[in-house]
Amino acid sequence: MTHIAKPKFSHPNLPKNGLGLTRRNYEGVVSTLCAGCGHDSVSAAIIEACYELEIPAHKIAKISGIGCSSKTTNYFLNRAHGFNSVHGRMPSVATGANLANGELTYLGVSGDGDTASIGLGQFSHAVRRRLNMVYIVENNGTYGLTKGQFSATNDKRSKNRKGVENQFDSIDLCSLAIELGAGFVARSFSGDKAQLVPLIKAGMSYHGFALIDVISPCVTFNNHTSSTKSYDYLRAHNQVMDRLDIVASRPEISADYEPGTAIDVTLHDGSQINLHKLSSEYDPTDADTALSNLNRYKRQGTVVTGVLYLDPDEVDLHDVMNSSKQPLNSLGQSELCPGADALEALNAQYR
Amino acid sequence: MQIDKTFNDFVLKFGNINGSGSASANLLCAKALFRMGLPVTPKNIFPSNIQGMPTWYEIRVSEAGFQARRDGIDVMVAMNPQTYRQDVECVVPGGTLIYDSTMKRNFGRDDIDVLGIPISKLCADNWSDPRQRQLFKNVVYLGALARLIDIDNEILETLIAEQFRSKPKLVKPNIEALEIGREYSRENFPNRLKVRARKSTRTRGKIMISGNEAAALGAIYAEATVASWYPITPSTSVAEAFERYAKRFRTDEDGKLRAAIIQAEDELSAVGMAIGANWNGARAFTATSGPGISLMSEFIGLAYFSEIPLVLFNIQRGGPSTGMPTRTQQSDVLSCAYASHGDTKHVLLFPVDPGECFTFGADAFDLAERLQTPVFVMSDLDIGMNDWVIDEFTWDDERRADRGKVLDAVALEQVADFGRYRDVDGDGIAYRTIPGTHEERGAYFTRGTSHTETGGYTEDGTIHAKNLDRIARKHETAATLLPKPLIRDLSAKSKLGIINFGSTDSAVREALILLAREGHGLNHMRIRSFPFGEEIEAFAARHDYLFVVEQNRDAQMRHLLVAETDISARKLLPILNYDGMPLTAAFVHDAVLNLFAEYEDIAEACATPITAA
Repeated sequence: MTHIAKPKFSHPNLPKNGLGLTRRNYEGVVSTLCAGCGHDSVSAAIIEACYELEIPAHKIAKISGIGCSSKTTNYFLNRAHGFNSVHGRMPSVATGANLANGELTYLGVSGDGDTASIGLGQFSHAVRRRLNMVYIVENNGTYGLTKGQFSATNDKRSKNRKGVENQFDSIDLCSLAIELGAGFVARSFSGDKAQLVPLIKAGMSYHGFALIDVISPCVTFNNHTSSTKSYDYLRAHNQVMDRLDIVASRPEISADYEPGTAIDVTLHDGSQINLHKLSSEYDPTDADTALSNLNRYKRQGTVVTGVLYLDPDEVDLHDVMNSSKQPLNSLGQSELCPGADALEALNAQYR
Repeated sequence: MQIDKTFNDFVLKFGNINGSGSASANLLCAKALFRMGLPVTPKNIFPSNIQGMPTWYEIRVSEAGFQARRDGIDVMVAMNPQTYRQDVECVVPGGTLIYDSTMKRNFGRDDIDVLGIPISKLCADNWSDPRQRQLFKNVVYLGALARLIDIDNEILETLIAEQFRSKPKLVKPNIEALEIGREYSRENFPNRLKVRARKSTRTRGKIMISGNEAAALGAIYAEATVASWYPITPSTSVAEAFERYAKRFRTDEDGKLRAAIIQAEDELSAVGMAIGANWNGARAFTATSGPGISLMSEFIGLAYFSEIPLVLFNIQRGGPSTGMPTRTQQSDVLSCAYASHGDTKHVLLFPVDPGECFTFGADAFDLAERLQTPVFVMSDLDIGMNDWVIDEFTWDDERRADRGKVLDAVALEQVADFGRYRDVDGDGIAYRTIPGTHEERGAYFTRGTSHTETGGYTEDGTIHAKNLDRIARKHETAATLLPKPLIRDLSAKSKLGIINFGSTDSAVREALILLAREGHGLNHMRIRSFPFGEEIEAFAARHDYLFVVEQNRDAQMRHLLVAETDISARKLLPILNYDGMPLTAAFVHDAVLNLFAEYEDIAEACATPITAA
């Protein structure tokens, strides 16, 4: 579909956000993914989240690895620089980019192969370093571009299109991320835009590592009746744990949610997360209960979605490393080069 | 012993057990000789081990300024009974062996002087703490040796005071230990040794520093801000020195660091971070060794093809595989020149010593950004981890970092149709933008997949080939910007030349002098960079035969010359050393003479009067 160019004109009366930008200003090139791919819904949710958050797109860096999911960074935010790197290595590229300039918003998009197999090491270390980024996994349990092999997030006993059963336990990226110290861990379903958009907004506002594991069905290779990552399975087994509003210093838009307990968290950047828990069984700010909650539902074959864990104590890599408040890529010669006199003093030390 | 060898021309060797604290005493000895004005060449020959294995430290003193390692030990301090046999063997006839005679031993050589000092006993008598008894052994032998070869006492004591500046309590016992050794030697060996040190002025304007520290300093001066690395011998001290200098020179008013030094989880991540940071407009580097280069290769190809500046310090060690991690080699020439799959080619710089580690280290960042491509600084263990006597560092405060072709917001306003990979100037180098620069213009998509001039995905073969051709053109541009080879026409009419690069230079220069004394005049070219400039072919054209000296088995530089120039392979005769030890002049000299014997016409080509040496 690459030959279809998006028209450059748009309707003059399109709604605009506080920056005077329309949703069109947050779009990318036309997707080349299969019609009905869950990933396109995630791209749409990212566009919506950025539009609503009123982030200037050029202050976002989109970084990805290799695979269907990683291709999507081209399908949103045309005004942002994008980096489609090598397979499984998006976290290191994002880490370097973030060290160079901590003031941009880093949006990483990856897949289950890219994250849970070839990239598991880099994923784990980006989490434990508390890299300030939103890491979205478009999780379909399969390798699409190479035509349908099982991935490491594919559930044990789940079958592929040809009826072959997966013999290995799956890796739960959300549990792993909580274990490794991620500050914000959420799961969602690409078909639930109402849940996904605020999750992305909250993740982008969070100062630290934010994982959003989005179950995103592969319509071509993993959407059959014996798959646990199909649209039908998700609709039948999605246990929504909470709904949230994310408000960035603007009047709250009240949401019409089912009654439950509410948790308010003020984020580092001043925005408010208002989390409506739909179950009284767990506390998402407690890592132990978040983990046991995940495990319990997993045993039942239920996919829990929503904010699974939230650490109100926001810390990122720059805080830990004590690096300059000014972005390193903005510093000039006077701040960086010690000069000839300092070198003369240094020479004396080596005499 | 010849008279001219008596003063300021000898080799000391220390045989120790690693982890016993000998390193600082041995360095002290080298530093004291250096402060006496003597050019010294210390070589640390250490095991890949933490404690208990044999380790050696050699110091060549040469007032004439020869800096290569030299075989034939004049004074051996043998502190490791495990290696007595080989340590005794390496002493030249008429030389001296000093050992710990607490356990007496007959070494079976009557052509050398054996001086036994009951070092363990002296330490046991003077200290009760086992750790001190162990550590001060090293200082006791240093005290004895210093007296025997006339190392200036005041200089030694000053150095001890400097060494323990932060722990002043340790100064006194160290000086006492020194005196215990000195005292014992005075009482028991009234005659000093035949080899002696005598103050000189040969190190005026010189410093003594390792290549890894110098490379890190180059990165500091070049305004590098991000260092991502994974520990690997012998490159680790590059990152550690960078951190040390950064804390010293780059701490801001808030106590925060104007640099980010990050120990990655592996080399893949280390290079990925450096690429991410460079992409985002910071100057970033990684430091590694051969195994790390292998792991980084996929990412290096990405940086090459998506044209991201990148600086890699490769401190080469003995390969293949894990090889000899603590020995030196020049065996990554080919793996770096063509690192990664597909058609790739990279810029290599070959520093000769810590001085060039500093200058090339700084230049590498300018070149990487000018050319938008990976640049390798090809140091090695010998340069990187040993201390070398070099000219003092200098820096021109007028120098400005060359950030290459980067469009800022103002420039973007004037560019009608920005294309990240469009060759506007015809030198193969396109303009890049840094994320976050302009709200509407200049964003592009960086990818390792084949791309159009604007960064779009393409499977169009014509566009792909055109893009590859442009990148090749960029490397032609590179050849004009890189450090040129250093050519010395020592024997203007000679049809013989010697080609080398990197740390082999001191051995080659000394060998050329030895050969000249024997009537063989050769010219000399030291290659300093790749892709090769036209000077290299021109030098080859003037000569019938060229000896190519390198420290690897497969003659990798010779391969590169054959592949990348029109020089006939028949002209290039390899001289190869790959035992992991720093090269000696004797090795090069003997290899040249062997080739003379093998090819009759070489001797003819050489039979020209020598005009210089």
